[in-house]
Amino acid sequence: MDLLIFQVPILMVQASLDGALLGILFALIAYGMALQWGVMNIINIAQGEMVILGGYIAYTMYVMGIHPAYGVIVSPIIMYFIGWLLYKLVINRVVDRDLFISILATFGISILTQQLMNFIFGADVVVAQSNFGTTLLFDDMVTLPNAKIFSALVGIIFAIGLVLYMKKSKLGRAIRATSQNARAAKILGIDTERVYAATFGINAALCGVAGALISITFTLHPYVGLPYTVRSFMIVIIAGLGNLPGVALSGMGLGVFEEFSDYILGTEFRIGSVFTLLVLILVYRRFRLSRKREYLE
Amino acid sequence: MKRNNLILYGALLVFGLLAPFLFPAFKLQISFMWILVILALTWDVQGGQMGYNTFGNILFFGIGMYICASTQIGLFFPLEEWTASGGEKTFLHTPSQYFLGLSAGLVLAGIVPVVVAALIGYGILGLRGHYFAICTLGLGIAAGELAGGIEIIGAGQGMTAPPWPKGIGDTEFRSEFFYFLTFITMLATFTFLRWAYQRRFGLVLNAIRDNEDKAEAMGIHTMRYKILGWMVSAFFVGIAGGLVGNMVGYIEPTEIAFAGATYGVFMILMAILGGKGTLWGPVIGAMVFHIFKEGFWTFFLGWQYVALGVLIVVIVIFFPEGIMGWLREKFPERFGEVVDEADRKAQVVLK
Repeated sequence: MDLLIFQVPILMVQASLDGALLGILFALIAYGMALQWGVMNIINIAQGEMVILGGYIAYTMYVMGIHPAYGVIVSPIIMYFIGWLLYKLVINRVVDRDLFISILATFGISILTQQLMNFIFGADVVVAQSNFGTTLLFDDMVTLPNAKIFSALVGIIFAIGLVLYMKKSKLGRAIRATSQNARAAKILGIDTERVYAATFGINAALCGVAGALISITFTLHPYVGLPYTVRSFMIVIIAGLGNLPGVALSGMGLGVFEEFSDYILGTEFRIGSVFTLLVLILVYRRFRLSRKREYLE
Repeated sequence: MKRNNLILYGALLVFGLLAPFLFPAFKLQISFMWILVILALTWDVQGGQMGYNTFGNILFFGIGMYICASTQIGLFFPLEEWTASGGEKTFLHTPSQYFLGLSAGLVLAGIVPVVVAALIGYGILGLRGHYFAICTLGLGIAAGELAGGIEIIGAGQGMTAPPWPKGIGDTEFRSEFFYFLTFITMLATFTFLRWAYQRRFGLVLNAIRDNEDKAEAMGIHTMRYKILGWMVSAFFVGIAGGLVGNMVGYIEPTEIAFAGATYGVFMILMAILGGKGTLWGPVIGAMVFHIFKEGFWTFFLGWQYVALGVLIVVIVIFFPEGIMGWLREKFPERFGEVVDEADRKAQVVLK
């Protein structure tokens, strides 16, 4: 094996920067997942498909001749309504049920969305050209597309905006109250049904932003949604629900891990390494937790 | 009660034995129906009886498929050259080689997944609820992606299973042979599970589903039984995988072997459709689902996965108890439940 990354150490800087910038997008998606997990106790397998759908909205704008960067404004608005509609059609029937029911129902939505995207947008790998140019660092050894820097900045802005919104606004307070205790919130006059719908919509809108950013920095394909779901799930279980700096850090960590595994194992193992890491993390977590348990030997 | 059951068993047996001669055109489809019955039955060991909703049993399906085909080839020819030659058959099995390879392959296709299940079971089955569901989902997909990078089994291009040897019957005979092989495997799975569910094994699995901590407090080694249950599933799913590999003739890592989006979802859907946690539920669910699938798939040409997505959502939301659950609600007497007439009437009044 010729491990280029060890022969040319500057590539490590490249991989770390790429990974960290990409990881901010992962963290944004994971934040949405943590939000709805905490509030509605639902794990949305279709999270990744929402990201890809948001990306395709930006891509459609690009095809129509509008600069895809405007997608970060248009895509969340459309995705909010798609999320709201999805809640009204399907999710409100599974919120209070067994967790597996919601996992399976969203899995069905995920298959459905994949196929519909396949019909509408085709099965080709597409990318929206942003023409932002590239920045060269370290005597031109490290190339950094400006689109990646742009997307990381936009991601950070949206995350900060959402945190402020959750802290200050009335709806944000209602969402946080519902996540603490849904029954008590209901007694105090909060329309939890509306809160749930809004939470699902906000999550979908976050996915829309992330998707629009992915469409200009990365590639889109109807069937690559599930890895995004798994990545955000992984980030949430590493960081814990409601731990925002943790979500950002573990998102970036995951991005760096992926870039390094790209260089070391090869691109064909990228998705495989993500899923393997998921299994390893969950098993590690299980052993760490079981040490605290006392067995009746 | 007993007589009804005998009629059911008899009908299933007679249908299974006569089907290839009554409907010769549908032999392959009916063999696949038996495969689906095996998958649904074994998923139900975890999902229905034990309450551990796994997405990962497809792992054993794929392992069984690859192990079976590799054994069949590797016993007589260099495996590397076989996969490198792709579709062109430079090597041909003689009939004796073929059947020796097939039996060895099917045995290993059962044993290797059992070993895998035993090795990873302690780590994976310690997870609960949604962590378990997502972990097994990752397991199945990771296996497919990793298998797509291993050169000796054909990597992403896949490999071909040995073709039917020349000189012993035509393709009709081949499909009859595999039909009875799948039917016998299905019967063995069903009989074994029926036997096991009546033993302590079944009771412990149900205790784990109802309350695992209490079961452990009662002195049951729940982990041992969970792993044992997974090994049982792995054994039969592995053999089913080996058979499918031979019936399809072509093995591809993510679409056929570790096919999370088809067989992996089908097995869950069928068990839920039939009614999870019952012995007959998965059998009925698999049959209904397969007939629906074969009958209507052609109308949805190209849209079948859209239909599948809709079907999952509809079944899960509106029909989570399944056919057996519905029957049980309709005819509780048939299931040995004592119904108090006055109580039932009182319920009607309450409505």
